[in-house]
Amino acid sequence: MSQAGHYRVSHLDALEAESIFVMREVMAEFERPVLLFSGGKDSIVMLRLAEKAFAPARIPFPVMHIDTGHNFPEVLEFRDSRVATLGLNLVIASVQEAIDTGLVRELPDGTRNRIQTPVLLNAVEKYRFDALFGGARRDEEKARAKERVFSFRDEFGQWDPKNQRPELWSLYNGRHHPGESIRVFPLSNWTELDVWHYIARERIPLPSIYYAHDREVVERDGMFYAVNEFIRLRDGEVSETRTVRYRTVGDASQTAAVLSDADTVEKVIEEVAATRITERGATRGDDKVSEAAMEDRKREGYF
Amino acid sequence: MSQAVLETDTAPSQRMDLLRFATAGSVDDGKSTLIGRLLFDTKSLFSDQLEAVEAVSAARGDEYTNLALLTDGLRAEREQGITIDVAYRYFATPRRKFIIADTPGHIQYTRNMVTGASTADLALILVDARKGLVEQSRRHAFLTSLLRVPHLVLCVNKMDLVGWDKAVYDKIADEFTSFAAKLEITDLTIIPVSALNGDNIASRSENSPWYEGPSLLHHLEHVHIASDRNLVDVRFPVQYVIRPQSTTVTDYRGYAGQVASGVLKPGDEVMVLPSGLHSTIAAIDTADGPVAEAFPPMSVTVRLADEIDISRGDMICRPHNAPAVAQDIEAMVCWMDETAPLRVGGKYAIKHTTRTARTVVRGLQYRLDVNTLHRDENAGELQLNEIGRIKLRTTVPLLADEYRRNRTTGGFILIDESTNRTVAAGMIIEAQ
Repeated sequence: MSQAGHYRVSHLDALEAESIFVMREVMAEFERPVLLFSGGKDSIVMLRLAEKAFAPARIPFPVMHIDTGHNFPEVLEFRDSRVATLGLNLVIASVQEAIDTGLVRELPDGTRNRIQTPVLLNAVEKYRFDALFGGARRDEEKARAKERVFSFRDEFGQWDPKNQRPELWSLYNGRHHPGESIRVFPLSNWTELDVWHYIARERIPLPSIYYAHDREVVERDGMFYAVNEFIRLRDGEVSETRTVRYRTVGDASQTAAVLSDADTVEKVIEEVAATRITERGATRGDDKVSEAAMEDRKREGYF
Repeated sequence: MSQAVLETDTAPSQRMDLLRFATAGSVDDGKSTLIGRLLFDTKSLFSDQLEAVEAVSAARGDEYTNLALLTDGLRAEREQGITIDVAYRYFATPRRKFIIADTPGHIQYTRNMVTGASTADLALILVDARKGLVEQSRRHAFLTSLLRVPHLVLCVNKMDLVGWDKAVYDKIADEFTSFAAKLEITDLTIIPVSALNGDNIASRSENSPWYEGPSLLHHLEHVHIASDRNLVDVRFPVQYVIRPQSTTVTDYRGYAGQVASGVLKPGDEVMVLPSGLHSTIAAIDTADGPVAEAFPPMSVTVRLADEIDISRGDMICRPHNAPAVAQDIEAMVCWMDETAPLRVGGKYAIKHTTRTARTVVRGLQYRLDVNTLHRDENAGELQLNEIGRIKLRTTVPLLADEYRRNRTTGGFILIDESTNRTVAAGMIIEAQ
């Protein structure tokens, strides 16, 4: 087989092919899939993969945003323009609305990452979604390293790490009873760097906050938080204007920026390749709560 | 974990290819240390991860930073000091991206090793040089051959603790080579290492002047995997039919799927199974435009010249090179369910490529002892983690090849229809 060199496949091609396979598998086997779309880079890449999986047809499922109400305006704007361009049906499940109606209670510290979970589960029940595409990657966090591509959730949306279905070859078992659902992670095998290489290769537009810009920030626990309506200066704190970018986009009250001059995708790739800190470690206050913060949230039904 | 010994540039590029490997062994073999070392030496270990592990290690009173904690992600694992599940790890060099399926080695975790090996291009087995081959090493080698992982690496670890004695290495290497000869292992590489000190991991060690082979990382970077793919037998399981409901795209009917094997080109005459109807490939589409050929693992959309009825679960192949259209299947299975054993007469759902059917177990020919390879022909059932040869009858034909010829069209899973659990992994020996 001397021709093998001719049939070379790059790692990005292999990852893309696998993700497309996963998405088609879901569309073929489920009644009501939905794609969780936050306007963050991973969900943007996932949306591009969905476009590719079903072309020339439109993406055959709606997208859902679990809206914490703590948003970066650039991200919301981006979300709406993507949805309009692709002609998608956008479902918004609002945490604020859930607080107003008493479904969830605002936490004392005002952060909304954790209280997204009941809002998500409520929407799953209301719209009877049976498969939810999420942009989580196994390289992000150690509990996620043990997550399946097709992750079974019981009728309470819970993840039981000790009781996961073995996943062999590319034979995904999506069977479930009514009320149960499957979380599907097409980007399981991608790393942060793979995502950025793909964004560069495919020229995928992103919200501007992913690139270096000047912003008024306050340093807190070694992280740089934007000073805005969600994060106010505490006594003794001083804000300053720094050149920063966001590595992740989550609840704006808990997501920190990193100091960076990377204002192009090429520079971001250089920066990510050289960095010594994981993206969640660098930017997520919510993951620093405990050793098993992510595992606990996932058990409760988090993304 | 002090010096980084990798001298090449570690910035990965877009031009890398992908190698998946499975590791097996227990904490005692130094498997986690080895993985930690690979991640560290390729600068894939992040300082906050390392700090977190150091903090937990210190809190538990470990005498050294326990790199096993890097891969033991779950609360129960940390509390009990055991590894429960397959963990996936990622690192890259300028040549390759690597996906590690890190599987625990204990006997009760055959299930995990089989799972990790099912997608692996390479299996990495560790032995402790002081202990030599143990039952577990042989079991892992057997599972590697059962799952047809194309490449096997045996790392003889802790060579520093036997004074880098060539005779110790030779004895283990000889013993393993003769055991491997009884299995169908096509490519075996044996490397003396010290994971703790980084010898022969990222670069050749001065401690083993008698060893003339590559370092582990060099081998992982250069092992030739392109030819492992089957580019001969055209197998395209139809996954999903794309028919846009749109005013701008009309009359489009494309068969979406991932090429399992072979090379497809527009103009090729094809046969569609199970109908047996013939047609010609009109075009092979992707979202980025039509392509001149499609080969594994590409996900594409095939259009045919003729309008024939094709749906999910059908297979596009070549008229003179087709899989069996079979309802009677003989296969090796690994039983994976702890709640109930496999029994003759049991009925299950079977998922094979993109086709799902129902099946009944017609017979259990033998249960295989994975340590001695002894066949117990009187076994009445298979318990969790047991392996045996069974006969199945399916409700509809499967479009199947022998697993040894094609890992995609030769593998299947069984699903319990009441619990929906995945209860077995199967490798087809014969289909008719």
